Amino acid sequence: MARAEANLMERLDAMIAMPDAALVSAGEPLAEELLTIGETALESWVRSRGETPTDARTEGFRLLALHRQGARGEPSFNACRETCRELVYHRNCVASAKDGADVARRLRLGAMVARHLVLFIDGKLETAGLGEFCCSSRAFRQHEAAHAARTI
Amino acid sequence: MSGKHQKVAYYPGCALEGTGHAYNRSTKALGKALGLDLVELKNWNCCGAMEVKNVDPKLQTYLSARNLSIAEEMGFDTVMAPCNGCYHNLKKAEYDLANDEASRDVTERLSSKAGHKTYEAGKVETIHALDWIKDSVGEEGLKARVKNSLKGLKVANYYGCMYTRPRHIFPEKDKGASSESTYKPHFMDDLLAAAGAENVEYPLKTACCGGAHTLSDSDTSTKLVLNLLTTAEACGADVIATECPTCHTGLEMHQMRAEKLFGRKTTVNILYFTQLLGLALGLSARKVGIHENMSESQDLLHEKGLV
Repeated sequence: MARAEANLMERLDAMIAMPDAALVSAGEPLAEELLTIGETALESWVRSRGETPTDARTEGFRLLALHRQGARGEPSFNACRETCRELVYHRNCVASAKDGADVARRLRLGAMVARHLVLFIDGKLETAGLGEFCCSSRAFRQHEAAHAARTI
Repeated sequence: MSGKHQKVAYYPGCALEGTGHAYNRSTKALGKALGLDLVELKNWNCCGAMEVKNVDPKLQTYLSARNLSIAEEMGFDTVMAPCNGCYHNLKKAEYDLANDEASRDVTERLSSKAGHKTYEAGKVETIHALDWIKDSVGEEGLKARVKNSLKGLKVANYYGCMYTRPRHIFPEKDKGASSESTYKPHFMDDLLAAAGAENVEYPLKTACCGGAHTLSDSDTSTKLVLNLLTTAEACGADVIATECPTCHTGLEMHQMRAEKLFGRKTTVNILYFTQLLGLALGLSARKVGIHENMSESQDLLHEKGLV
């Protein structure tokens, strides 16, 4: 597992393990952080395709705009479309929640959804030979592929 | 009973003759118990699945179109495909033949070469097993037939990613509350709730199971499945209900692999929705193929009084 992905996964695991009171007291910032983690994962995918991650928003969320950008020309990437939308849904639930117990539950579920997105993108990067969740490995991979092609 | 889909052509697809046989068995048993007729397509062929589609999408369109052509020749206007991959491919073929001239040309050429009638878009409607039960029997019809309620069974409904994607090949979905939703599918939830199950909120109901790279990148598949399983457990589910043989087999295999590889044991059970509905109608565990599943669920089913 690449460092960048491991960092995201460690953070998500830590969030899932937080006590309810800690989750409730930092509800909205943590919900926003989940979106940022999702955006970071999507940025890796977009960069690995040689594109600049968009700063635009779709339906008010950069996460959804980044997903749309990542799926352009790659229909199979839409397999994570609803995962992204679920992440936004959980963020919205936290933002409008009045019940502390619901905030803690939503954040934990949101972290699990974010974990799925990170894993999915990691798998896509690996399968596409674009790197291992770190755009800097792309050049290395391309060199590797070019070398293999020359020696066949 | 509405009568719609009372008698339909049945396209099991390759998976239901192999690893997904429990789905085949339970689908047929459920249909019989509900008084529905399934007539298997004669001499059906592969839908083109992932392998052919990835190499030549138009050849996949032809392969699926041939099955639709057989259904038409057998006098059916509806074919039911329980496998998400088959369902997706038949729908995609229907869409391509209606909208893409090149696909029509290839299908015509290959049909002529193979010596059968060329399928024309609009002649046969493809439905999923969920549509079949929902439209023919419905929730009220099911409730009236339940002999062994699923009461007390907490279910996470898992639809996988092929059932609703891409949206444009499913024009009948997203047409209001009574239609299926591509954002948050609910047909399986509705049917199992009618049989008494308690559906839990499951945020990964259409998330990827990693099925596509289970051979090329097994560790990623295992991690994705482990997350599906642990999330279902966090949601309080006893069971993950499935409606796709690829997802189902992936969940079962990687549940075992996750324990071996990562030391993470999960206890949530994995059952086809047709098995759960069959049990609710009073069918035996054997009749719905519980013994054909790779994972163990007898203990839970005994505990809940379902076998």
